[in-house]
Amino acid sequence: MKQSVFLGTLTAAGLAAGVASAATLDDVKARGELNCGVSTGLTGFSLPDANGNWTGFDVSFCRAVAAAVLGDGSKVKFVPTTGQTRFTALASGEVDVLARNSTWTFSRDTDLKLDFIGVNYYDGQGFMVRKDLGVTSAKELDGATVCIQTGTTTELNLADWFKINNLSYTPVAIETNAEGEQQYAAGACDAYTTDASGLASTRAAFADPENHIILPEIISKEPLGPATRHGDNEWTDIVRWTLNALIAAEEYGVTSANMDELAASSPNPEIRRLLGVEGDLGPMIRLDKGWAKRAIAVGGNYGEIFAATIGEATPIGLARGLNAQWTQGGLLYAPPFR
Amino acid sequence: MANVPDAPKESFRLSMLLYDTRYRSLTIQVFVFMLFMAGAAWLVDNTIRNLAALGKDFNFGFLWNRAGYDISQRLVEYTNDSSHGRAMLVGLLNTLLVAFLGCLAATVIGVLVGVLRLSKNWLVGRLMTAYVELFRNIPLLLWIILIYAVFTEATPAPNAFRPNPETGIASQSMFLDAIAVTNRYTAVPNPVFSRELGWLNLGLFYVNLDVIAVIAAAVLGWWLNRMVKARATRIQNATGIRPATWWSSLLLLVGLPVAVLLGLGFHLEYPGLKGFNFVGGINVSNSFMALWLALSLYTGAFIAEIVRAGIMAISRGQSEAAFALGLRPGRTMSLVILPQALRVIIPPLISQYLNLTKNSSLAIAVGYLDLRGTLGGITLNQTGRELECVLLMMLIYLTISLLISGAMNVYNASVKLKER
Repeated sequence: MKQSVFLGTLTAAGLAAGVASAATLDDVKARGELNCGVSTGLTGFSLPDANGNWTGFDVSFCRAVAAAVLGDGSKVKFVPTTGQTRFTALASGEVDVLARNSTWTFSRDTDLKLDFIGVNYYDGQGFMVRKDLGVTSAKELDGATVCIQTGTTTELNLADWFKINNLSYTPVAIETNAEGEQQYAAGACDAYTTDASGLASTRAAFADPENHIILPEIISKEPLGPATRHGDNEWTDIVRWTLNALIAAEEYGVTSANMDELAASSPNPEIRRLLGVEGDLGPMIRLDKGWAKRAIAVGGNYGEIFAATIGEATPIGLARGLNAQWTQGGLLYAPPFR
Repeated sequence: MANVPDAPKESFRLSMLLYDTRYRSLTIQVFVFMLFMAGAAWLVDNTIRNLAALGKDFNFGFLWNRAGYDISQRLVEYTNDSSHGRAMLVGLLNTLLVAFLGCLAATVIGVLVGVLRLSKNWLVGRLMTAYVELFRNIPLLLWIILIYAVFTEATPAPNAFRPNPETGIASQSMFLDAIAVTNRYTAVPNPVFSRELGWLNLGLFYVNLDVIAVIAAAVLGWWLNRMVKARATRIQNATGIRPATWWSSLLLLVGLPVAVLLGLGFHLEYPGLKGFNFVGGINVSNSFMALWLALSLYTGAFIAEIVRAGIMAISRGQSEAAFALGLRPGRTMSLVILPQALRVIIPPLISQYLNLTKNSSLAIAVGYLDLRGTLGGITLNQTGRELECVLLMMLIYLTISLLISGAMNVYNASVKLKER
């Protein structure tokens, strides 16, 4: 008798553990904190400063989501993940959203049960070598030793590209970007390969950036985007539209500086809906009307975030390129707020 | 006649399960067993539920899909077109290689240091004590990373071996023109046969027939040598005079394999700098060297203590008796003390071998692609099959450990005290 009660309790506990992660929005609200998966340290994208405050492009997106959902951009717990642990961390519910310069691919979107909510950075894989090596094209890298982060799409692209071009190479497997920097700087590999943005960020962190060049070849498409767990559409919608709000804000000229003024006086109904003065967009995703306004207020619109973290005025110095608005010849295109 | 009634036949009551000492222990065991099974069932049930909630299935089909990544150190044929299963095999062989060489080196170091620690020479004894205490009291991971860092930071890049175009002198020169220690790998000569016997297809991989021929010659020589020695013993028993066997032993043990080597045209191919890297020889990666050295030195320290304990467990009377018979100290150690000490040494030695094999999974720290690096690292990550990969990896490590343990138990049975 007693045993059956005990077994019943165990079963109930098992059930409870099984269905724990169904409604992420409620979990986040109850917790009062957003768990955001970021990289273990990539200058410009996500890096803690001397005081332990995280800054960067991906970090700003996390803060925008936290501001939209919780009303405070500082209520984020940043969980550093490596290339190997990131998807497990998301699938197991350790993080609510993964903003870790991860490439959107078919199998990750379907087989790994992730939902990529969009693209926040259009990237491509490149190579960095020392200038004194005298190499000017990646096609001259026959027989070279190449440092590569394991568990990434770049690892597979590298193998494919060398095969297609009939070149040989020796891979040196590394776990994190920091380890890659160290190995490359020590000369344990001739070339370091990762996304071109990552190379720019790595080079900016060197003491002698002028002695390293990024080769002209871009060997793959790497659309980087934040991801959520498959199956929780409500939460996925919130994260997706937060990104769209940041992009749309730049397109309509809404910045963190002029948003109050625009909310009060702008005649443009799209801006009025975005800022929650008109319409009921917020409640449709179970948030209040001011969600997008708060998201933009934290770090500014997409363009402001880009300029402050990885833009041309920063040491990383990335041009907008493909990441300009569609009106400027780029690929950024937010669906209408209607 | 008094009617003697039978002793009252005690009927079984439920309370006896708790209050009767005959049944109580059984009750407790059954109860604990049920608790354990319930716990296990809960874990399995939870896993199945969570998998269902995530919409994931449980199958090993991914092992036959194209792996798509490259592995720099491979003992069998592998390209990025091979399957994940093949990558797993490459990783498994890398694990076995470092574990085997590690066990070998650790045993040699352990026995030497263990004996030397008992040395009467003050300096030698203290040096060995320092080695043992230093290595076994610092985590293995730190040793692996330290040795790797020393290799990477303190050795020259392959470029340093290139002659300067103006002066014609390189800043670094190769050791004996054959070995180059660089910050990527150690380039060593490659043993090759000019007369190829071909390759034997074993299904999973190919084996070089030349190597098989040399091994066969060595085994044949060893077996013939045993016959010669047995014959010498027979003659000695019969006549009291042992015929000289050293020249035939030398011929059989060394001459025969060397003759086969020469016959097959064995020679060394020396590494040379071409392009970015050394080619022609074998490039032993620094990650392998760091892992192998750290595993050997670390486990060697433990084995040294086991050997010392084994020797000290033999009573002084044994060595005194051997000295009384006129045996020299070296022979006393090898003929009297060590054979007896082995009985004490073997059982803890087995667990050290198991430790070393399992510790080799720390390879991930230096990017050595062993089983943990391929199946449990890249494959797991590229396919997202965490549960399958980890379970398969556990199963493989378990199998390796049980095999080592089984083989060592057989050896232990052959050296343990035979009681008649």
